[in-house]
Amino acid sequence: MTKGARLWSAAFATCLAGTFSVSALHAETIAPTAVEIVDMEAKSSLTGKTGDPIAGRDTFADRKKGNCLACHANADLAELLFHGEVGPELDGVGDRWSTEQLRAIVINSKQVFGDQTIMPGFYTPALGARIADKFTDKTILSAQEVEDVVAYLLTLKEN
Amino acid sequence: MTKNTGRSAAAILATGLIIGMSSQAVADENAELIVEGEQLVTKVAAPEGHPLDELFSGWRFRSDETQALQTDDFENPAFAAVDYGAELWETGAGTSGKSCASCHGDASESMKGLRASMPKWHEGENTLMTLEDHINWSQKEHPGADPWKWESAEMLAMTAFLGLQSRGMPVNVKIDGPAEDWFNKGRELYYTRVGQLDMSCSNCHEDNYGNMIRADHLSQGQINGFPTYRLKWQGLGSTHRRFKGCMDNIRATPFKRGSDEFTSLELYLAWRGSGLSVETPAVRQ
Ligand code: HEC
Ligand code: HEC
Repeated sequence: MTKGARLWSAAFATCLAGTFSVSALHAETIAPTAVEIVDMEAKSSLTGKTGDPIAGRDTFADRKKGNCLACHANADLAELLFHGEVGPELDGVGDRWSTEQLRAIVINSKQVFGDQTIMPGFYTPALGARIADKFTDKTILSAQEVEDVVAYLLTLKEN
Repeated sequence: MTKNTGRSAAAILATGLIIGMSSQAVADENAELIVEGEQLVTKVAAPEGHPLDELFSGWRFRSDETQALQTDDFENPAFAAVDYGAELWETGAGTSGKSCASCHGDASESMKGLRASMPKWHEGENTLMTLEDHINWSQKEHPGADPWKWESAEMLAMTAFLGLQSRGMPVNVKIDGPAEDWFNKGRELYYTRVGQLDMSCSNCHEDNYGNMIRADHLSQGQINGFPTYRLKWQGLGSTHRRFKGCMDNIRATPFKRGSDEFTSLELYLAWRGSGLSVETPAVRQ
């Protein structure tokens, strides 16, 4: 970014206050409306960076975030009770799918498994009717959290 | 009965062992419900046109401990409310001072079968009415008596007491005639995906009953036991409270208790449980 451009965006941010300056800081984050999934793949990292698998493990298990354990058993999280049976076991999932495919699955599983899937889209604006006020215009996970979960899924190898 | 998509019994067992799933979550799915010496129907062939082949009461999916609470009326924690309902039945209300009993006499005769046919069309009011609606309609007949709030102790006690008079009778609702539009609306709501989690009732209760969703064993979401004593609620709750809970969980704005939407959904769900015994008051986790 040239000096001129930085000044320009700083000026803009001042005019438009809070929200804009935040998005200017994270200009490289891909918004949910701008995500492209082609042939079951989301090519680019949502944050422009690789995620953190350790943080991803927490997001995966957290009932208020991914809550992936609600539906998926995962031997790597054997220390936690109650793994669901609604989806397949995720052991070895890092061998079965590529980074780009896993990212697409987490962003909007419907574009990979079809419209009938029960698995929620964690980073998509295409959600159900009557969304509760608290969750309106919000994705379930943030861009960073999606990348972290994807990085974590890639660590789930068959032995 | 387990509708486990693509997982062998051995795999389930192995997972159970690895993650140390407690036996508490897994009940005997073939147990029969015998209450006070009478066997209730908790498994029945579905009526024609039903999306499922076999219907199961939610009782079958509960833990042994929870199941046991429902087999004995002295153990069943809902019976304090039932007793209160019986008392209200005899208590005069409004300026006339008349009680339910002064017009309807012995509830075990006059109210038998009512719960099994709810919700049903009301000719006078020209609308579909739940058991709660019928109770409040009757309250109106008492000059000076106030209607009960949907989830009030009085309403829960009365719906539990009246429901008990139909215990063991097969659920059998009328879905034709003027009820048909409501039925269709209920079916539409059942399959509509709602909330940030973007799920419909069918995603969990039609496609995944028998599967664990985290610590919960998914049932078919039948309503034959309502009002139900939920250990989590530490008390009785109405059918519409349960609907609200499921909609809250999928991060949707629930419809109001007593709304036309929930009443249609209730009719549709009652039909989905056709032939199961009324279990009111059931006990669930
Ligand atoms: C409500 C249920 C549900 C939740 C919650 C859920 N999933 Fe899924 N998931 C499924 C189902 C079901 C499938 C299988 C595809 C299908 O049948 O639609 C699946 C498939 C997958 C697959 C492909 C697995 C394979 O072996 O082919 C991955 C990877 C995955 N999910 C990851 C996740 C992650 C990560 C989360 C949380 C951020 C998550 N899921 C949350 C239901 C769920
Ligand atoms: C994310 C999964 C999920 C969705 C979607 C869902 N439910 Fe449930 N529901 C549950 C769980 C878990 C329980 C408690 C265990 C059980 O009985 O299945 C439950 C219980 C119920 C019960 C009580 C059953 C009994 O025997 O006491 C009813 C009735 C019910 N749900 C209706 C609905 C309706 C109506 C909808 C749609 C508006 C709905 N559910 C959507 C998960 C869900």
